[in-house]
Amino acid sequence: MPVFDLSTTPLRELNSALHGLEPGTNDTRFEVVNPRGHHAVAVGIDSPVSVEVHGSVGYYCAGMNDGGTVTVHGSAGPGVAENMMSGTVIVEGDASQYAGATGRGGLLVIKGNAASRCGISMKGIDIVVHGSIGHMSAFMGQSGHLVVCGDAGEALGDSLYEAKLFVRGSVKSLGADCIEKRMKPKHLEKLAELLEKAGVTGVKPEEFRRYGSARKLYNFHIDNADAY
Amino acid sequence: MCGIVGLFLKDRSLEPRLGELLSDMLITMTDRGPDSAGIAIYGAPATGLAKVTAQSPNPTADFANLATDLSGAGLPARVTEKNTHAVIEIAADRQGEIRALLTRLRPSVRIMGAGESVEIFKEVGLPGDVISRFGVRAMGGTHGIGHTRMATESAVTTLGAHPFSTGPDQCLVHNGSLSNHNNLRRALLRGGMTFETDNDSEVAAAYLTAEMASGKDLGEALTGALDDLDGFFTFVVGTRTGFGVLRDPIACKPAVMAETERYVAFGSEYRALANLPGIETARVWEPEPATVYFWDHEKAA
Repeated sequence: MPVFDLSTTPLRELNSALHGLEPGTNDTRFEVVNPRGHHAVAVGIDSPVSVEVHGSVGYYCAGMNDGGTVTVHGSAGPGVAENMMSGTVIVEGDASQYAGATGRGGLLVIKGNAASRCGISMKGIDIVVHGSIGHMSAFMGQSGHLVVCGDAGEALGDSLYEAKLFVRGSVKSLGADCIEKRMKPKHLEKLAELLEKAGVTGVKPEEFRRYGSARKLYNFHIDNADAY
Repeated sequence: MCGIVGLFLKDRSLEPRLGELLSDMLITMTDRGPDSAGIAIYGAPATGLAKVTAQSPNPTADFANLATDLSGAGLPARVTEKNTHAVIEIAADRQGEIRALLTRLRPSVRIMGAGESVEIFKEVGLPGDVISRFGVRAMGGTHGIGHTRMATESAVTTLGAHPFSTGPDQCLVHNGSLSNHNNLRRALLRGGMTFETDNDSEVAAAYLTAEMASGKDLGEALTGALDDLDGFFTFVVGTRTGFGVLRDPIACKPAVMAETERYVAFGSEYRALANLPGIETARVWEPEPATVYFWDHEKAA
């Protein structure tokens, strides 16, 4: 089990080691200590390795993850799990702005709160936030699910495409073209699955409301000029 | 980008270490801005005295005999040279005279800041170099703020570096860019404010100074800034006894804060806070957009 102490080892050594993993390797579990807010910790993983990061990280932790499991035992700076392809990223603390931005797949779990622009331009990623999220979250979200056990800030789902949003608490305001939608059995089923995967307990799918696109802004229409 | 830091001490036993702690915080932010750096330290005020931090492009010529020349002109002063800057101590009730006197005696000297407790040091260059030039590490104090600049709105010069000080014991550092600074500058000029640069952040500093001069406290002035300033900003602001933080409603510019029993700290990134004592158990959070945060030594119980 390789251990990287980022107070003594350059970050590039950690990331190179992760990128160099061959199929069938016995090194399937990495430990990272003293991250101290470093940027780009464990980015570009492309094998089913698990990385335990003990402490808080800076920008873009676990970016572009493809199949790895990264757990941050601390908080994460801007852009955690940005453009994730597959795998799992868990943040035990809070996440800064644009967590999970442009993610194509995989699961991002934030056990604390997420700041603004959580899931901006999400394209298939599933994001579960145990706490609350900030303003402009899921802006232009194209697909995937954003589940928020707490509250959402202003302009949730502005210019939304087909990402599905579930919020248990209050929503400060909905963005342009985002509306509340009826919760159907298939949505409750999906919610239950995501809550379980994300380790959320004591919370029922029925406690959430669903938000999605009104599909009025997909194409330019002169009657909608005020909303653009 | 720009990197900003701030540290407001609650535990007096940390005061001798203010310069050292703040220096390390700012040096960690070096890669957010390599153009220029500056730091404001609020030290212990001496009763009846005011401190004026002055800067000169020709410090050797300008600061030699400055104390003698000021005294000769009727304003007794003590001058402590620090590289390109000098701290001039004069009687507090005669602060109003120094600007005109310096213009006459030393036309190339610029005033960086003045007040009972603040000292401001800023120059073109990397934070580590600027800090060692002025011996910031050895300075004690109650609170301080720092900035490392990646210039966007005006020239890379000593005067364009942060912190900006536009009123007694007031200073501001800014990460972002304001879009209505020209208009606001015109309004402030009409109100009697003066400006040293074309910089947008100086306008923000002057705006807060003008608001506080009208009777508002720092918290109220910052609340007004949300309506009156347009653009991107994360501000950290110091007054003689206070320390404030404000982010614009969009809040693109990063900010992290930490609070323990011993201090309140601000950093553009968590990296800046990672070496502070007791950070492992501190309350660490991201300040909310459009929300005024401020602490005051005199208002604290």
